[in-house]
Amino acid sequence: MHCSVDKWIWAFFFVLPFMVHSSSGKLGAQPLIKLATSTSTDNSGLLKYLHPTFERMTGVKVHTIAVGTGKALALGRNGDVDAVLVHARAAEDKFVADGHGVNRRDVMANDFIIVGPRADPAGIRGESDVAAALRRIAEKKSRWFSRGDDSGTHKKEAALWEAAALEPSGRWSASLGQGMGKTLLAADEKQGYTLTDRGTYIAMSAGKKISLEVLVEGDNRLSNPYGVIAVNPKRHPHVRFAMAKKYIAFLTSEQGQLLIAGFRMNGKVLFYPVNGDAPVTGHGIREPS
Amino acid sequence: MEFLLDGFRDGILRALYGDPQVLSAARVTLQVSLSSTLLASVISLPLGYLLATQRFPGKGAVIALCQTLLGMPTVVIGLVVYGFLSRRGPLGFMDLLFAPSAIIIGLVILLAPVLIVFAMTALASVDNRIRETTLTLGASTGLSAWTLVLEARFGLLAAILAAFGRAASEVGIAVILGGNIEGYTRTITTAIALESMKGEFGFGIALGVVLMSVILVTNILVRLLQKS
Repeated sequence: MHCSVDKWIWAFFFVLPFMVHSSSGKLGAQPLIKLATSTSTDNSGLLKYLHPTFERMTGVKVHTIAVGTGKALALGRNGDVDAVLVHARAAEDKFVADGHGVNRRDVMANDFIIVGPRADPAGIRGESDVAAALRRIAEKKSRWFSRGDDSGTHKKEAALWEAAALEPSGRWSASLGQGMGKTLLAADEKQGYTLTDRGTYIAMSAGKKISLEVLVEGDNRLSNPYGVIAVNPKRHPHVRFAMAKKYIAFLTSEQGQLLIAGFRMNGKVLFYPVNGDAPVTGHGIREPS
Repeated sequence: MEFLLDGFRDGILRALYGDPQVLSAARVTLQVSLSSTLLASVISLPLGYLLATQRFPGKGAVIALCQTLLGMPTVVIGLVVYGFLSRRGPLGFMDLLFAPSAIIIGLVILLAPVLIVFAMTALASVDNRIRETTLTLGASTGLSAWTLVLEARFGLLAAILAAFGRAASEVGIAVILGGNIEGYTRTITTAIALESMKGEFGFGIALGVVLMSVILVTNILVRLLQKS
């Protein structure tokens, strides 16, 4: 009796690791694509909501690697993924122009907002000129939290500071090197200001994790378009280009766009499809019809 | 504290009711840490034996190197291995990146110095006369080595368990080489990192408890084996 129990334990240590390998290590013959994406699309739950439909329709499994736009593009450049879904238009165009990616399509958009504490020590609430708002934060030396991680949001922030003809430097500004969620949490803890995409902000405040308020919105410069790009098969012959094209076709198809429009959190739309026929509001963001 | 407790309770309940995400993270964790501990033991324990029993030039340098590697940050191991496994790297053609095997390779490199140093210490602490006596009594080299291993078995087992714990609790290697893909390369630790990124602190701590339970059960099983 004793001996047979031992056998099971030995089996646990020596057979299990390899058994699990054969069952999940290669995933059998199921085709898959690797998608590198920004944290905002994944952490919001959007991809988890979209991908089952794509997987059912095509039989292609999507492996999502959520790392931030800068690193996602780097993984694409190295040929380690088959497609990227990111939000930094200038960097995307360069990625395509340099021959790393092909078949770039607009997918959806939301907008960036400046959030801050209710007390609003810099007095920027309702400011329609985002550069003016940033200048006031710098003047008052109010706490400013930057992503500092080469993400799409960080690239946008750098462009906005440039528009304000200022550089956030000094004790009042902190470069965190963290994702959007963590940066919002830090800004909330220290009652400071930060630039965020609206999707992550809605997701974080829906869970009552932060009490920061939307203070600046609506400036045209705050638009946040997302694009999907296939990694160039001419540069990386091993990429699963046909399946990446299927994925791009799905996201931009009527069905994909309707799904994106239907993704809500606490009743709020997080991403607006670009091919919808919903009316366009003043700041380039479509209201859901 | 309430905000932590709510998430914590929710997480523990999800684990108890067999939430598929929690279960798959536990499965991947067990898979990569058991495989890597096994592989690293096969490679490292003989090296630890050599260092404990043999004299050769440069031995001091090898020991110093292994002891230094004990302090190697896991993210650095992750980045170096990424350099090799990336499509741009020399092993890119093998298509190992963002799969459990990539994590296992990184973990083996992490665990090897741990196992070498601790096995060496365990074996060296056994009275060397035992080995010499067996040899004078006419035992083969193999038999005398086995006698030494038996004498040091508790120390060796402790080394293996420490290595397993290190593998299961590591996060840098798993996230860089595995890519934190849900249901495929998401381990308990990379799930905790993700939950903390999303501000789900309580759930993250609950996952930590799940991880400790996995390690505890493994240790209990090893003790059962040891007793028999």
